[in-house]
Amino acid sequence: MEHGHKQSFASKYLFSTDHKVIGIQYITVGLLMAVIGGFLAYVFRYNLAFPGKDIPLFGQLLPQQYNTFITNHGMIMVFWVGMPILLSGLGNLLIPTMVGTDDMAFPFLNMLSFWIFTLSAIVLIAAFFVPGGAFGGGWTMYPPLSAGGYMNTSPDLLTALFSGTSLMILAVALEFVAMLMGGINFLVTTINKRAKGMTPWRIPLIVWFLDIASVIFMFSCGPLVAGAFMLLLDNIVGTGFFDASRGGDPILWQHLFWFFGHPEVYVLLLPALGVLGEIIPVFSRKPLFAYKTIIYLALASAVLSVVVWAHHQFVSGIDPRMATFFSVGTIIISIPFAGIFLAFMATLWGGSIKFTVPMMFALGFVALFLVGGLTGLFLGSNAFDIYAHDSYFVVAHFHYTLFPDIFFGFFAAFYFWFPKYLGKELNVTLGKIHFWLTTIFFNSTFFLLFFNGLHGQHRRINDYSFFGNVAMEPYSTFEKVATISAICLILSQLVFVLNLFKTLSSGKKAAKNPWNAATLEWVTDTPPIHGNFETFPEVYRGPYEYSVPDAKDDFIPQNVAN
Amino acid sequence: MSNNTKALDIRQVPQGRLAMWTLIAGELIIFGGLIAVYLLNRIRYPEWGAEAVHTSTMFGAINTCVLLLSSFTIVLAHNEANKNNIKRAQLYMFLTIVGGLAFLCIKSIEYSREISEGLTFTSPAMVAKGEGVKSLFWSFYYIMTGLHALHVIAGMTTIFIIMMQIGKGKNIHRVELAGMYWHMVDLVWIFLFPLLYIAK
Repeated sequence: MEHGHKQSFASKYLFSTDHKVIGIQYITVGLLMAVIGGFLAYVFRYNLAFPGKDIPLFGQLLPQQYNTFITNHGMIMVFWVGMPILLSGLGNLLIPTMVGTDDMAFPFLNMLSFWIFTLSAIVLIAAFFVPGGAFGGGWTMYPPLSAGGYMNTSPDLLTALFSGTSLMILAVALEFVAMLMGGINFLVTTINKRAKGMTPWRIPLIVWFLDIASVIFMFSCGPLVAGAFMLLLDNIVGTGFFDASRGGDPILWQHLFWFFGHPEVYVLLLPALGVLGEIIPVFSRKPLFAYKTIIYLALASAVLSVVVWAHHQFVSGIDPRMATFFSVGTIIISIPFAGIFLAFMATLWGGSIKFTVPMMFALGFVALFLVGGLTGLFLGSNAFDIYAHDSYFVVAHFHYTLFPDIFFGFFAAFYFWFPKYLGKELNVTLGKIHFWLTTIFFNSTFFLLFFNGLHGQHRRINDYSFFGNVAMEPYSTFEKVATISAICLILSQLVFVLNLFKTLSSGKKAAKNPWNAATLEWVTDTPPIHGNFETFPEVYRGPYEYSVPDAKDDFIPQNVAN
Repeated sequence: MSNNTKALDIRQVPQGRLAMWTLIAGELIIFGGLIAVYLLNRIRYPEWGAEAVHTSTMFGAINTCVLLLSSFTIVLAHNEANKNNIKRAQLYMFLTIVGGLAFLCIKSIEYSREISEGLTFTSPAMVAKGEGVKSLFWSFYYIMTGLHALHVIAGMTTIFIIMMQIGKGKNIHRVELAGMYWHMVDLVWIFLFPLLYIAK
């Protein structure tokens, strides 16, 4: 540990190997990417509600630009916002402090992981500025649109390499490298560097979940890495892996993509559920209900997550017997997640609930995810999916899962751990305003889209004025309400930004353990020093000992002996 | 990181070895995905058997032996490193790198023979004749062996760096890790050889 050791600005904040700085770097880049992703959403939502009108701060949106914008909105929000914030950001901040050690197992690899991730973000954005523009064939990059010169590719090798399509594939590949490096670190740190006495069943839930998410990621992305390599070659040297005219198979890409893409949903969901697992017991002042069962359920979901992927392909012409198999798998995987949510509800039952800002975001997550999860059951059954496929019903469904997951999950974590890791108290009133505005405008943006979708609105069309069924009332009004709400939703994040900067500049110093939580990160100084602990803690008990009879403070931290 | 050991009581597998196993698991899934895709296509297109005739079983067999031998020398290097015989460990690591180079040389002789027959990544002549399905075999051949060759180069580079490091008395335990990676490279080839060279 390097007390009093003076570090230059670059080695302290840019090329730091300290897991806390790297975690904050990941979250910062993730939030900056969210600004870009949000701006893209604003532009195309505006175009959907008011087709052909000049968009404030942008101007006219061409149809091809519309395609590019929805493609990159999806890519950015999943891979450059969800992944860095929930997996890498929270993982880096929390794992070493919660298992009671000084840093990750491989700090240098950790720094390298962040910079490769940043490079991948730059490559993705650079694609907007090459001739032909960024890729616009949908975030799933299905061939033939993504291969063989249909969209901004060219026969010349160098131009093909720097085309929007190739750059997007390269950016995804680089990001996977970064996340794999991070995953190795998470697993090795948890397995090898835990504090004395931190037995497997004393590890906080979120650490378990981050590790399970890393394992799912590592075991599902391999085939897509191979697939991305093949797609890149289809683009730059002209092979025919996905070209049906040469014996290749475009459906193959869909399999490789979704074999990764669906487990990816759980890679994003598990860390956010882990956040709930930490927050709900603290503000119910009760031990987490069925801690072990929750972990077993998460492991079950990890296994099931690799046998559900083809439910994205019910209309791609797959064998109906296979479709039945994947329908059943999809419906079965809702059981472990229902179990996990029920355990959280049972934790609330009879607790003395405190409606702090993190708790509000945690409960908001549960309520909103319920809508997303239940509509997922509809879509999982292939009979209904064939009807609703590629409609706004699907769009509303996955925004009801991913928005609570990524943003409510992150905000809950942010309001909970910010005082610890940055050492300042956030403004509670602004936090509550932020919660209510976000919740209200999120619902008014996406709930109506379920109806538009059921009425036949397709998800990839930029101008609906010529489609009788959705250009009429009330669906055209719903479209406008959704757009105005989406703009309000984006604007209400300014409350969050205001709170952040106000707190950083003039916030009160936070206490060591403001929420009376029992896990190890609350034992260290606020903010934790480089190296986290003056002396390494020893662990004597599980992470959720709240409302213990006869205890001094109604809870017993993990490092307190009897 | 020796100053941290006081915090640990559960370090059963050394950190580096654990990380290397994780990396190898990830790599095997990449190759596994590729091999699975190849197999599905191979079953779909029996005519690929006639294409595989053009790959040289002899060269492939020699290369298999070369890789197996180099795996043997890296085991010897690990053995010597354990006994702290740095000079001998370095010698065996050097021999492993020579094995890797020999593998790549033989591979490039093969590649040039095949390319001169017009069998390339895209095989434009075949595609022009309407035999696109056959050309796809060669796309798979080059992507699988090419990705493997990249791993051979990565393994050789790693072994070279560690060979330099142990010369300065640093990181002797990493000889084992480099060896694990090299075995993985070898293992992948053991799968590629029958799939691309023997099954005709």
